[in-house]
Amino acid sequence: MLTIISDGIAYGMLLFVLASGLSVTLGLMNFINLAHGSFAMAGGYITVILVNRLGVPFFAGLPIAFLASAAIGFLFERTLYAHVYRKPHLDQVLFTIGLVFMSVAATDYVMGSSQVFVQIPHYLQGQFEFAGVGIGRYRLLIIVLCGLLTIALQFILAKTRFGSRLRAAVDDTRVARGLGINVNWVFSLTFAFGSGLAGLGGALGAEILGLDPTFPLKYMIYFLIVVTVGGTSSITGPFFASLLLGIGDVAGKYYVPTLGSFVIYTIMIVVLIWRPQGLFARAASR
Amino acid sequence: MPPPPIAVRIATDWLHARARWQPLEVLFWLAAFAAIWLLRDRHLILTEIAWLGLFALSLDLILGYAGIISLGHAAFFGVGAYTAALLAKYNIVGEPVLAMLVAGVAAAVLGFATSFLVLRGSDLTRLMVTLGVALVLRELANRYGWLTGGADGLQGVTIKPLLGVFDLDMFGHTGYVYCLTVLFILFVIARRLVNSPFGLSLMSVKGNPLRASAIGISVDARLVAIYTVAAAYAGIAGALLAQTTAFASLEVFSFDRSADLLLVLIIGGAGYLYGGLIGAIIFKFMQDYLSELTPQYWPFWIGLVLVVIVLVGRERISSWTAPIRRLVGHLSWRMMIRRFTLSPDKGH
Repeated sequence: MLTIISDGIAYGMLLFVLASGLSVTLGLMNFINLAHGSFAMAGGYITVILVNRLGVPFFAGLPIAFLASAAIGFLFERTLYAHVYRKPHLDQVLFTIGLVFMSVAATDYVMGSSQVFVQIPHYLQGQFEFAGVGIGRYRLLIIVLCGLLTIALQFILAKTRFGSRLRAAVDDTRVARGLGINVNWVFSLTFAFGSGLAGLGGALGAEILGLDPTFPLKYMIYFLIVVTVGGTSSITGPFFASLLLGIGDVAGKYYVPTLGSFVIYTIMIVVLIWRPQGLFARAASR
Repeated sequence: MPPPPIAVRIATDWLHARARWQPLEVLFWLAAFAAIWLLRDRHLILTEIAWLGLFALSLDLILGYAGIISLGHAAFFGVGAYTAALLAKYNIVGEPVLAMLVAGVAAAVLGFATSFLVLRGSDLTRLMVTLGVALVLRELANRYGWLTGGADGLQGVTIKPLLGVFDLDMFGHTGYVYCLTVLFILFVIARRLVNSPFGLSLMSVKGNPLRASAIGISVDARLVAIYTVAAAYAGIAGALLAQTTAFASLEVFSFDRSADLLLVLIIGGAGYLYGGLIGAIIFKFMQDYLSELTPQYWPFWIGLVLVVIVLVGRERISSWTAPIRRLVGHLSWRMMIRRFTLSPDKGH
């Protein structure tokens, strides 16, 4: 039971790191980015190449994955995404689905279609007993790392000047522009940062979620669930949504394996019907 | 009986002008039927084009006319496919035409039930709800493997002769005639539907739901109705697939299918019914050609086409075909202008 919860928390934390960038971009630009998982996949594969083929230490690979995904995200945002913000949602959906398909096929072409794993160091493998509960070391690492990241994110968002600009831009883009905040720049940085986080999540999660070229398609729905259920107005909403989703999914698959992901999808539909603005969203401000 | 008010007359005249069959439309269908005799060795791919065109037509009804973005339209397609395949396998409804209609009704029931889910919320919510419905159905089909064959697909389906007379041969000759006839009949119905006052009110809902409801159009009822009709169409398209291939698999529910469908409709252009059919023709031949080059990486080209279409702009692409469409619309537009200038109401 407690093992399920700890696994679920690790899974949920991962989902949060993966999806948090998406929640900001969606809230900020009202932009539906279905290709978010592609950046996560990029991070994952970059780590695989670095660690498995080039022999870079695992802990050095993680920041590189973050930076590389962020750079890719920044590049894509400036060159492609920037043209699509003002288009209708249908166009955004078509565009990002197109990107997903391209990234899936391209990864398949370059890296092959089989599932790959990151070689994690020996001292992170195996379990240890804590108060009678078996916890995987790697999972504990994920919980700790992602927990630290969450705190850092909350700090950046709440205490720094950039954070307050970002919050202002999300709350009311027009007024923020009027106050002289360069919303496009804030957005580019946020997009890059979010992509970097996704890449880091992909690198960390390759072990647990599995990494193959269909990754962006497989987890697209999960990221969207986190964002829509959690709402886009804060990061605590998506955080709790991720934890719920993680624990729910792990528990669902453990107790009623035959139902598969059925439970999660059904819950998602029910929540969206019941609270279209998200479970943890504030009353609509716009 | 007093003469109808001028506004009503203008509106009905406008609808009549829209509903008139254009020469090019007649040509299109003549060509489609002529292919029965002229392109006998291409009937297999033409059959696929016919049911894909019907499927895209169904999406056009909700996307092009009601403005609902759906990422899970494969749900209804899959329900239709499995219904038709199961009916044939267990010989519940042996006759394929009847089975197809039953499959359409089954999909329509599901469409009606889930239509209430897409009434609320933003584009994103609708997107996820439609996607979620398709995923749930896929999980269900996977779970009830004893009925659906699970991941292996439903095998051992034998389709009886159509109307008890025409056997579905392996070259797709009967299949093409069958699919094309169904497509044509349903197209005529859809055409009648969108050129009716109901269709007009749908377009106003798409344009601005708030204003539409302010002038007395019950928005929700309209959306429920068109969503149900579109679901039935998609179900029939799925049934046609299952019957012409005598097979149904989990793949009918897949996300790729819904996404491909969006591409089909976007290639042809949404909102004038022919978009889906033209898109299906282009899509199938493109797929035929490209997947011969690189079968495994075919999604890459789909993705590239989608990205390019969006970056170039859908409006700009449709403006390239504008001269053709002007030519098509020429006759009826001239008639309409004449009517307008002849009408006594000069001041509106």
